[in-house]
Amino acid sequence: MTIGLGHYLSVAAILFTLGILGIFLNRKNVIVILMSIELILLAVNVNLVAFSTFLGDIVGQVYALIVLTVAAAEAAIGLAILVAYFRNRGSIAVEDINLMKG
Amino acid sequence: MIINAIFFYLFAGVCIASAVMVITSRNPVHSVLFLILAFVNAAGLFVLMGAEFLAMILIVVYVGAVAVLFLFVVMMLDVDFAELRQGVLNYLPVGALIGAILLAELLTVVFAWVIGPDVAKAITAPIPPAGDISNTQALGLVLYTRYVYYFQAAGIILLVAMVGAIVLTLQHKPNVRRQNIADQVARRRDTAIDVVKVKSGQGLQ
Repeated sequence: MTIGLGHYLSVAAILFTLGILGIFLNRKNVIVILMSIELILLAVNVNLVAFSTFLGDIVGQVYALIVLTVAAAEAAIGLAILVAYFRNRGSIAVEDINLMKG
Repeated sequence: MIINAIFFYLFAGVCIASAVMVITSRNPVHSVLFLILAFVNAAGLFVLMGAEFLAMILIVVYVGAVAVLFLFVVMMLDVDFAELRQGVLNYLPVGALIGAILLAELLTVVFAWVIGPDVAKAITAPIPPAGDISNTQALGLVLYTRYVYYFQAAGIILLVAMVGAIVLTLQHKPNVRRQNIADQVARRRDTAIDVVKVKSGQGLQ
């Protein structure tokens, strides 16, 4: 009943897959797509921390910290773009975001 | 050890279940709340692995900042979310197919790997034995010395994100009167007040 590295990696793999699946399922809703990206980054963090712990090297946790920072910045910028876009177009449906289509 | 296993399965199960609810929930507010639940349980997993500092940072940053930001945007935008839910079933087959393939590949990797014999020699910053110094102190000893440039880069990233978010969402309305500090500072006595000699018995003008 020992919980090893494989258990944590399995959890991270399932979380990552759920994030990818969320992007496919909610193709029209940008907010849920952003949340799915957060889930993917969370899965990556679980992987980094699991390897860091089970290999005994703390550098993995440093990288997890950097990933956390980038994820927070990405969420803030993404939501700001969303708010600005909604102000201009009155919609956040992904199909309507085609202004730059030639 | 049995306690460890019980808590691992508890945290992992709730985390995965709430991740499922995040992507399948009809109401985006519920999605955000389940996202918070998923992050809290991931923080529990981090504590089980011995990364307490990252667990607390996860709760502070995600539950305290990012999730509230999501909640704020979801509630502020007046979007018909029911309309956005249209056609979910159309994307379900291809999404499920790709998800299944991806999961199978990842799990194959998870159950087939072995740690290379040279990995133990390549460890640059070993985790000190438990009880020696805390996880936070060990992380700080590495983060502020050898990885200080990464730390600074993270700060720059956050600064750029902050400036970008403000620039994107700040709007100047033309008919709003704003405080003009230069005008206020440039005021002199003769422009601010008029000295008028009023004759007795007469009003002003």
